[in-house]
Amino acid sequence: MNSMARYSIFSLARNAFSHHENWPKLWRSPDPKSGYDVVIVGAGGHGLATAYYLATQHDITNVAVLEKGWLGGGNTGRNTTIIRSNYLWDESAHLYEHALKLWETLSQDLNFNCMVSHRGVMNLAHNLHDKREALRRVNANRLNGIDAEWLEPHEVKAFCPIINDANNVRYPIMGATLQRRGGVARHDAVAWGYARGADARGVDIIQNCEVTGLVREGGRIVALETTRGTIRAKKVGLAAAGHSSVLAAKAGIRLPVESHPLQALVSEPLKPIINCVVMSNAVHVYVSQSDKGELVMGAGIDGFNSYAQRGSFPIIEHQLGACLELFPIFSRVRMMRTWGGIVDVCPDASPIISKTPVEGLYINCGWGTGGFKATPGSGWVFAHTIARDEPHPLNAAFNIDRFCSGALVDEHGAAAVAH
Amino acid sequence: MLSINCPWCGPRDEIEFRCGGEAHIARPKDPMALDDADWAEYVFMRTNPKGWHRERWYHTNGCRRWFNVIRSTVTHEIAAVYKIGAAQPPLPDRDPATPAPVASR
Repeated sequence: MNSMARYSIFSLARNAFSHHENWPKLWRSPDPKSGYDVVIVGAGGHGLATAYYLATQHDITNVAVLEKGWLGGGNTGRNTTIIRSNYLWDESAHLYEHALKLWETLSQDLNFNCMVSHRGVMNLAHNLHDKREALRRVNANRLNGIDAEWLEPHEVKAFCPIINDANNVRYPIMGATLQRRGGVARHDAVAWGYARGADARGVDIIQNCEVTGLVREGGRIVALETTRGTIRAKKVGLAAAGHSSVLAAKAGIRLPVESHPLQALVSEPLKPIINCVVMSNAVHVYVSQSDKGELVMGAGIDGFNSYAQRGSFPIIEHQLGACLELFPIFSRVRMMRTWGGIVDVCPDASPIISKTPVEGLYINCGWGTGGFKATPGSGWVFAHTIARDEPHPLNAAFNIDRFCSGALVDEHGAAAVAH
Repeated sequence: MLSINCPWCGPRDEIEFRCGGEAHIARPKDPMALDDADWAEYVFMRTNPKGWHRERWYHTNGCRRWFNVIRSTVTHEIAAVYKIGAAQPPLPDRDPATPAPVASR
């Protein structure tokens, strides 16, 4: 860490003397150089984490991160901030568990408060099939060394007292899985912390710089055309979420992903009332409470393709119906804001973190509705893939060739959430 | 919410429909001749354009028939609706990010 001023109780006291008006900026805003060893496209959590781990784990610091809008303004700033690793299949469990382990020390590693809160994630079961699937997932998680518990209905009620455990509802609660190490993190802070850490190690973060073309020579990537000129690059990593298809097409690559809006919403701030994350597939909503007191809610995607960062009202109506079934106490809470992010959904609901047919071009996409929780792990393995030109053991299964070989990692319905 | 002009039932709210994804993906005429990459292209690969998109919709809670729609994935504006098997209307030559003037809608 060269230029970064460390945050501490002493720096806080020192800056108090100047009325907190002289804190250094978190990152520089340099003009792009003519060329870099590695260029990452997309300054969201995944792209910034990749740049950070390229610098810290692989000693590659001649790196730029290009962002067409502002840093962290895409899905990183639009998700419901849930982190967990209770996935069914081994490949996913290992990848998301690696991420969850990085989350546990992320604030210390970055010297930036990511407000990681291991408050527990409950996934409710509402029918016999849910219950069987949940018990199977608990056992699968434990075999992979991931903490998982099964709660009977009275234990669900004890863990989250405001939940409606009545039997006279359409979908009564028949139990839940609980991952106590799961929880939430401050989404913006993750992007800011990674950006600050990467910048301090020499990474150039260039905002308002849209990639308009990917230049190839003899099957190899050599440069990017951008709205701020041509930038040469030995290697390029794409981490553009919903716009992955658009970018990959510039390099002549077709992807198996489709872009959909995923909507979320928050209520007016309330006093602390729900101290865990509650997710339900069958009635389909997930709910937690932010540190500001807002209820944060999300559910499923809109069914049609879109790049518009907004969806249709029936989706919101559906998830609020589900919310009120679980929490009748919220019936008079007013909703304050809704928004949408554009998620790139893969046919098997698992990501692509992979080399591509174009030499020197790497892609990290297809996270669908569940990318935020993976941010540190995604950056870790993508940095490895770019630096070594071969996948890390944790992302070897998530290559783009699986759609030819048929070795899909089918997390549709298996991943503790309906997609 | 989208208002979708079903070719059989007329304009109805989006909640009556399901989107069936990209249209005009032809089933391979000679399946035995396909290799793995060809199958991947047919089964999984999608164009996913940012702009005008030809897509299939199904009137689930209505006539239960399929039809095709040309819709902008940027503004959600629906430019054309046509029946399965009908000649494909050309894509609008307007910018898909700019909504049509109100008078022409």
